[in-house]
Amino acid sequence: MTVATKPAAAADKEMLISGCAAIAQALRLADIDVVTAYPIRPYDTVMQAVAKLIANGELDAEYIVASSEHDQFEIVKHASAVGARVFCGSSGVGWMYAMEAIAVTPALRLPMVALVGNRALDDPGAFGCEHNDALCVRDLGWMLTWVDTAQEALDTALIAYRVAEDPRIFLPCAIGADGAFLTHSETIVKVPSKEKVDQFLPKYDRGDKLLHPDNPITIAPQVNEDWVMEIRKQNDEAMRRARGVIQEAFRDFHKIFGRQGGNPFVESYMADDAEVILFGQGTLSMPVKVGVRKLREQGHKVGFVRLRWLRPFPTPEVQEALGRAKAVGVVDRDYSFGSPNYGAVLYNEVRSALYDLPKRPHVISFICGLGGREVTLDSVVEMSEILLKVAKTGKVEQPNYWIGVRG
Amino acid sequence: MTGSVEVVYRGIFQKHLGQRITRGIVLAAVKEGKVGISFGRYGDSPERNGIPAKSFAVVADNEEELQAYLSRYEPSNNDVTVAVDDTLCKGVESWAWYGLQPINKLTRPGGTVLATSMQSPEELLKDCHRKDAEWSLAVIKAIPSFSGLWVYKDDHTDVRVLGAIARLAPHVVKLESVEAAIRDEWGDELKVASVRKAYERVEIRKVRPDEGNPEKPYEFQLPKWWEMKEGLVIPGIPVKQEVEGWEGGYRPGRNPTFKKFSTRTMRPVVDFEICTKCTLCWLQCPDSCFDVTPTGHYDANMEACCGCGVCEAVCPVENCITMVNEAAFADNASQFETYEKDKDAYKTWLKGKIEDKVVTYRSHGFRYRGQYEEELAQMAAGGQLHSGVQSINEEPGAGPG
Repeated sequence: MTVATKPAAAADKEMLISGCAAIAQALRLADIDVVTAYPIRPYDTVMQAVAKLIANGELDAEYIVASSEHDQFEIVKHASAVGARVFCGSSGVGWMYAMEAIAVTPALRLPMVALVGNRALDDPGAFGCEHNDALCVRDLGWMLTWVDTAQEALDTALIAYRVAEDPRIFLPCAIGADGAFLTHSETIVKVPSKEKVDQFLPKYDRGDKLLHPDNPITIAPQVNEDWVMEIRKQNDEAMRRARGVIQEAFRDFHKIFGRQGGNPFVESYMADDAEVILFGQGTLSMPVKVGVRKLREQGHKVGFVRLRWLRPFPTPEVQEALGRAKAVGVVDRDYSFGSPNYGAVLYNEVRSALYDLPKRPHVISFICGLGGREVTLDSVVEMSEILLKVAKTGKVEQPNYWIGVRG
Repeated sequence: MTGSVEVVYRGIFQKHLGQRITRGIVLAAVKEGKVGISFGRYGDSPERNGIPAKSFAVVADNEEELQAYLSRYEPSNNDVTVAVDDTLCKGVESWAWYGLQPINKLTRPGGTVLATSMQSPEELLKDCHRKDAEWSLAVIKAIPSFSGLWVYKDDHTDVRVLGAIARLAPHVVKLESVEAAIRDEWGDELKVASVRKAYERVEIRKVRPDEGNPEKPYEFQLPKWWEMKEGLVIPGIPVKQEVEGWEGGYRPGRNPTFKKFSTRTMRPVVDFEICTKCTLCWLQCPDSCFDVTPTGHYDANMEACCGCGVCEAVCPVENCITMVNEAAFADNASQFETYEKDKDAYKTWLKGKIEDKVVTYRSHGFRYRGQYEEELAQMAAGGQLHSGVQSINEEPGAGPG
């Protein structure tokens, strides 16, 4: 008797690669057409990895070294308008320098996928991870997702193309990847076959929005107050639809690749029965999970919830994941100077999302790990103890803490 | 009590004029202890030649009354609408809205449209669209005052309009307060005299709802957000348009919702008999406004022409294309079709239109440095006023060197 086996081509290949190299593998599998590059750390690892793939004949794509980040994003914007599948990326102030092009991409409904290798905004010159660079597009119509492993980076890049290029959406998507911890660390990554990816990711078809001599259109006209609000409303609707399309994409991804079967929007870690929950995004998940396990061993009901998509913000999932806790600590690897309670970006988002619940947990802001500083196990314990005290006393003595700052 | 005035003017040529009039209204109202605001319509493009644009003045007894007019683009119920160029009475299409807006559209029932014109109210009324209420048409005799972006032609048109407004809408500004404001602002008794003369001489004619141009101006319905194409995409216009009754020939496709012709203060007339079909006008027209007729002539389409005069400048045949006063026309009919119907009658018509230009001179504003000084010298010498494109019916030597 013979046992039917899957063809060898369909098997995943395991590779020891960095988060950036994992994304480059996703770009190879997505068979991107145009990629632009301008070096800035930590994003530049991906441009090196893509250059290598092209040089090795593994990927056939236009590789354009731009004269600045601004040009980098302008070039892919236009390539996307003429029907090319594009990739771009940057970090820190490089991303900021491209902001004019980045800001208009959603209104043009160009499904660019970009990597933001998260980096502190100079000055002071610093390579370390902070999320404020990517967060600058929070309000502009970009879909925004954060990953915490190289595997998730690869998977999410494929999902990002599928969602962004869906004609119901046509919005750009930025993938946040923590500088150093994710971009520059090599781990074993399962790289799927091209056949599987082809099943998952259809060709980019811009339809009647294609800028081409055979389809004469004008894009991006000058308009006045009679038009802008309708255009913004269209973007709002696309972002609302993105939620369902992301769910669809994860469902299909799981069917085809056998991974990413969990909740697409939030990862709950020992949070179901938790009295206090730490909440954050990106690679701080690693020390926090370790800390949660340690505290659980000591009998403390501590959990962790990791946000995976900041835009569209998964309000129902966040309410569901955090609503039963007594106290929630939002760990921000970013700042929003002068914001309510001197908290930071995620803190304010989460507090707002929980506001409509009939019974709300206390929400504490923790600013931690700025400039790439490690979020240590001691920090996790310190934050948890603050939350446990709030849960016990029912009182918030201080709404905001800087954790791990000398002083 | 509030009062408001809109001044409809031509971009660049009258930008300063429009602003000076609305500022003058507010400065005068302040003399009466009132408050006011003077502002341009933000969506307009007043830095483009001839594009219709607007400036507004609102005055009120107190700050609270004025609030209803603040943070707004335009008051919609004006006591007086001023057209500082009489061709604006044919309707205006600015960059700020869509469709042709009748000159009296934002004039309140019982309000007045005031034009500076060499035409009588009776003649000018033919250009103005009908209004579903009684209104008045007033005229102060004047050659429309055109200047440039950096230059202002101080020919007293601003103060004359202020004087006429004091007569037409004394609850907005009184004659004495206009005079006081002018003394403060400009310290010029000659201007005060001009105010008084305009106050006395303004001609006013009551208009019934059934009088005026019966045509319905073209309109444009703004689409709902879900009706608009996403991604800021605007479908292209077909490259060619069919023309009824034409066998052969060519008419380029044109934007059906933005026609541009209300920008025109002069229009080209073509002598088809002497045209050599050289194509230069068709080639050089920045708006592709020439239709190629079945006979191979070039017919300037009056729905598309904004009257820039390039065709006249490039035409190599003497007297073939002539820019003439837009005020002398009542419609946008095809000149070529008129010519085809009756060639002799067309010749007579053409001659009449060209000669009409001498009576009411038309200008393109200031076009080169030093023109204002030249004009001043001409005026001082009592000669013919020259401004704008030099054209064939001028006295030799009258134009710029």
